[in-house]
Amino acid sequence: MTGFSEQSTHNPESKTNRAMDYIPNTDAGLDAMMREAGFATFDEMTATIPNKLKDFKLELPRPLTELELWNELRSLAACNLGVDDVLSFLGGGAYEHYIPAAIDTLTSRSEFYTAYTPYQAEASQGTLQAIYEYQSMICALTGMDVSNASLYDGGSGLAEAVYLALNAQTGKRRVVLSGAVHPEYREVIRTYTRGLDCELVELTPCHGVMDMKTLQEALQVPTAAVVAQSPNFFGVMESMGEVSRLAHEAGALLIASVNPISLGLIQPPGAYGADICVGEGQPLGIPLSYGGPYLGFLAAKKALVHKISGRIVGRSTDVNGTTGFCLTLQAREQHIRRERATSNICSNQALMALRACIYLSLLGKRGLEEVARLNWQKAHYFQKAWCQLDGCRLVYEQPFFNEFVMELPETASALLAQLEDQGIYAGIDLARFGMSANQLLVCVTETKSRVDIDRSLKAIKQALDRLKGRASRADR
Amino acid sequence: MNIPENLHYVETHEWLRVEGDTATVGITDHAQHELTDVVYVELPAVGRKADAQAAVAAVESVKAASDIYLPVGGEILAVNDQLQTDPGLVNSDPYGAGWLFKIKVVNSAEVSKLMDAKGYAGLIAAHAS
Repeated sequence: MTGFSEQSTHNPESKTNRAMDYIPNTDAGLDAMMREAGFATFDEMTATIPNKLKDFKLELPRPLTELELWNELRSLAACNLGVDDVLSFLGGGAYEHYIPAAIDTLTSRSEFYTAYTPYQAEASQGTLQAIYEYQSMICALTGMDVSNASLYDGGSGLAEAVYLALNAQTGKRRVVLSGAVHPEYREVIRTYTRGLDCELVELTPCHGVMDMKTLQEALQVPTAAVVAQSPNFFGVMESMGEVSRLAHEAGALLIASVNPISLGLIQPPGAYGADICVGEGQPLGIPLSYGGPYLGFLAAKKALVHKISGRIVGRSTDVNGTTGFCLTLQAREQHIRRERATSNICSNQALMALRACIYLSLLGKRGLEEVARLNWQKAHYFQKAWCQLDGCRLVYEQPFFNEFVMELPETASALLAQLEDQGIYAGIDLARFGMSANQLLVCVTETKSRVDIDRSLKAIKQALDRLKGRASRADR
Repeated sequence: MNIPENLHYVETHEWLRVEGDTATVGITDHAQHELTDVVYVELPAVGRKADAQAAVAAVESVKAASDIYLPVGGEILAVNDQLQTDPGLVNSDPYGAGWLFKIKVVNSAEVSKLMDAKGYAGLIAAHAS
């Protein structure tokens, strides 16, 4: 038979001549099935497939033993650097926070780890309860009335919030988007609204924040929603109360994209009247993992509950009066509402939501406040000391949480290259986002000790001196 | 199946009760039976104007979400706020307390184009077979 390896290390007598085959059917079983189906041979059964499609040899390397395979994968994995291998001050939407050991232990239980999205949801009471607890915590954290069972990540979550607003505000097709929202999130929104009857208006930030006059002008035209992020992409905290006031005065909804760790210290969106609150839940006990899986959370005011996308778990009682959990308000979802649903999402990030749930439970309100405070203090310590170095300045003189933008006397790429050699990743080169080549987005979380920061400052100073020295030598 | 004589009907299963130059609209007993338990009713804004056959409301049950169409062109004068707290009224009393909204009829000639009770009964019977 063509198309299979000629060398069968498995069983040379086997009719199907299969090597490295993990299909459990025996030859006798295959014979019985073919007879039942009315075929004498496998070739006869596949006669309808053109011969030229069957007539090929797969150019595969020889099969590996488990030991050889393990070694090969390990050497590939070793090409990656994790935050355990280097000193990282990288943020920009994904953050290194300490993940308590209990989270890995609990979530690696096979009931949680291997479970797929439940189709007969009510039979999975444990899964539903975990999601219900997660939803409850998101509401407590954000100050909103209702949360869904989670979305994929902060970016797509923000796009879902835009869908929600357009759906709720019938007749209004315009969405005003702060230019200080993460550039990749803005790109996701553009992708999600392409082809839709939706006018996206992006406002240019002023001094690292939303400009209220520009916002007010933009709101002269009937607008469905204003999208703002705080802390924003530059790490700066926006005047969300003012944004909220202006949006509502103009009849627009306010969509707030927030960092959940920051809510340990700053006012939650519910307090300033946000209609929809979304964000990236990765900071809540989820590893960086090169970009995912992450966790999008979405919460809203009760008035919007019938238009929220995604699953919602509810708590109710069964016929015997016993408390139980179920998926609720399902008529919102696309498998029932079809083209009139807000979104086609029919899944969630249950395992990641569980991690976030455990993280928040372990820390509690005081623990989260402490983590937030440490972030804030360490970032400000680093920033103040860095500003003492020649030619370095804080770009935006605004309140910030755990990220800030530094302007350097050299290009960010030159500095980063110097520091990378010492295993220090000092920040994100903003040239990557089409911004100044001399600016660096620096993030400091609770994971950085004073020793780490002081060592980095020393390395930065030396690197800048070296670069300056080279430059002046070049000038002569 | 309850099909009151004094009402007008549309093939999308709404009923219309004329009261001078205004009218009340709801869904039929057949419709509520097909939908099963109604859990939420999305009602139009008072003041909204639309033509006949425009989708102005939606009724959600545990298994489906159905659009509600205007039987005749008009302006929404009032909506049944009771349905916010008790959407089940649509099931228990579709022709009475489960009314959806009241409209000002723009063109009374459109009313005469609607089905009567006998016509609607025939429609359901045809669907059943």
